[in-house]
Amino acid sequence: MKKVNNSLHTSHFSSPFHIVKRDDIVWWKAWMFRVISVILALIVCGVITISLTGINPVKMYLTMIEGAVGTTRLVWNLFQNTAILLCVSLAVTPAFKMRFWNIGAEGQVLIGGLATATCMIFLGGTMPTPLLILVMLVLSILAGAVWGLVPAYFKTRFNSNETLFTLMMNYIAIQIVAYFTLEWSVPKGSGTPRTLEMGQLPALFGQKYLINIIIVVIITVIMYIYLKYSKQGYEISVVGESENTAKYIGISVKKVMLRTMAISGAICGIAGFLLVAGTDHSLKSDTAGGRGFTAIMVSWLGKFNPLFMILTSFLIVFLQKGASKISEVYRLNPSFSDIITGIIIFFIIGSEFFINYKLKSNKKETEAERC
Amino acid sequence: MLITILQRAVMQGTPLLFGSTGEILTEKSGHLNLGIPGIMYVGAISGVAGSFLYEQSVASPELMNPFLAVLIPLLCCLIGAGLMGLIYCFLTVTLRANQNVTGLALTTFGIGIGNFFGGSLIKLVDSDVPSIALSTTSKIFKTELPFADQLGWFGDIFLSYGFLVYVAIIVAIISTYILNRTRVGLHLRSVGESPETADAAGINVTKYKYLSTCIGSAIAGLGGLYYVMDYANGVWSNNGFGDRGWLSIALVIFSMWRPSISILGSILFGFLYVIPTYIPDISVSAKKLFEMLPYVVTILVLVITSIRNKKENQPPAALGLPYFREER
Repeated sequence: MKKVNNSLHTSHFSSPFHIVKRDDIVWWKAWMFRVISVILALIVCGVITISLTGINPVKMYLTMIEGAVGTTRLVWNLFQNTAILLCVSLAVTPAFKMRFWNIGAEGQVLIGGLATATCMIFLGGTMPTPLLILVMLVLSILAGAVWGLVPAYFKTRFNSNETLFTLMMNYIAIQIVAYFTLEWSVPKGSGTPRTLEMGQLPALFGQKYLINIIIVVIITVIMYIYLKYSKQGYEISVVGESENTAKYIGISVKKVMLRTMAISGAICGIAGFLLVAGTDHSLKSDTAGGRGFTAIMVSWLGKFNPLFMILTSFLIVFLQKGASKISEVYRLNPSFSDIITGIIIFFIIGSEFFINYKLKSNKKETEAERC
Repeated sequence: MLITILQRAVMQGTPLLFGSTGEILTEKSGHLNLGIPGIMYVGAISGVAGSFLYEQSVASPELMNPFLAVLIPLLCCLIGAGLMGLIYCFLTVTLRANQNVTGLALTTFGIGIGNFFGGSLIKLVDSDVPSIALSTTSKIFKTELPFADQLGWFGDIFLSYGFLVYVAIIVAIISTYILNRTRVGLHLRSVGESPETADAAGINVTKYKYLSTCIGSAIAGLGGLYYVMDYANGVWSNNGFGDRGWLSIALVIFSMWRPSISILGSILFGFLYVIPTYIPDISVSAKKLFEMLPYVVTILVLVITSIRNKKENQPPAALGLPYFREER
């Protein structure tokens, strides 16, 4: 025992470990790490909850599950929220795969929603509803695409920093929507958003949210195929891996960037359309509700794979709904759910390290050297 | 009236100045910390919690020691915000996580902490006060410099603020000095421009990243503390801090990564923030469009600097990029 201690003290390594990149990891092992990290996170959340409020953690998690899937209405609510979050996450994914940090989804969603609301107010009643819905959809796609293209244009033309540019575009969109919300509110200037009657999405089989969910499922499948099997999807991956390689094999990086950002913005526009016409039937500056930012985490945690993202977006919405039930039942502040979500995301982010790298002990090697 | 506008602009600008100085230090090490809004909330609530517990422990406001009343919230704020920086650093530097994802998660987490404790602090410590109103502490924080009342407009413009305003300006000036005139600053900038080169030159990249992010976060946290204690008169209201965290990040771009310019920039942003109040007959909705201006101006600066493409006005070259020594 003493000898080991000695070797540690005289070791010329500054830390007892060094980091080695894993070549690749079996899929079940990777998922094991993720599951362990979620369990650890839930334990930490439990400890925090007890120390703050004295609530029994088992009871707390039961309340959480009840709050997320307790009634049929809640289940539909859960699915609809997952669908919208997934839709925004799908939107940002092609851009991220290209290493274009589009953190402007919040704004792109809002602008899409604004386009939809504008149609519902000014064109409602002038044309048959199916046509109106089509116009709403097309215009919101266009609006979202334009909002996404502006930063992409400056990135390709002048190499402006896209992370900062898209971030700023969010707040411009938020303020514009806040302006119109007030202008359109009844009575004017009161801040109570107007309920938009004309052009609401129809309820399928008596379920208000079903159409939203179906549309997002279609987008998910298309996006999966687009990224995995299409030529354009391949070009996106190449640009993301190395711009120089892309140039060398004759891909126009600028063209790919503009096209991908247009797609990214367009799908955000669809999310805005679904939120305004399908879910809320009104427009507020918090219609997007931070989903533009949450989507970034969903997409990244889902490894930019649309199918995994179904899981990650479900997990996050489940946590949020569950945690807000906890705060409701135990009369805590609703922000409790943000703390829980934050902690769990930290743990999942941290677990990625152990999936990509492994720690090797330096102790063994120094001993080996001595032998 | 011009004097009042200027005064209010400075007061609006101070949280932004703290936030942007902290973020500049962080970004100079190559880390785009999007957790700043959350960090500022945590800084604010840590200070509030410290001061609340202190006010509760003292029998009556007259017995409070003014020195402790300032020191306790100040330390709590620095520690709270610094710890948030540590979380960010541990995840992005040691565990090599994506900076944007970590930063956004930190913002969610931090705003959650701020609002949760702001809303439940009273319940958690079983106190019987109706709301968190730290008026005594706030009065100490708001103490003006001597002679502020007697020197007319000069006193109003330059001497009439609480001490944190001067701290913000001094911190910005010191940061400028350290970044541009000292060896430590040179090393820090080299870490942000090209970590490989810095590493090869024998600079401890990890150490610089940790220190600059944690110190930067602590400074940004002070912005939150200033907002609650001075601007909001010690009254905590959930989400009262608003989007000032994002505005500070905008201010970083506006000032082209120079703390000295952000002193003036913060006053300009503050000016844009308060100006709608002074326009007669302005509608509530038009006010919203005015609130858009700082972001528009920031985008213009971002575009113009990238068009002019002058080296000294660009973001640090390695901003947002991960650095793994083994993957060079």
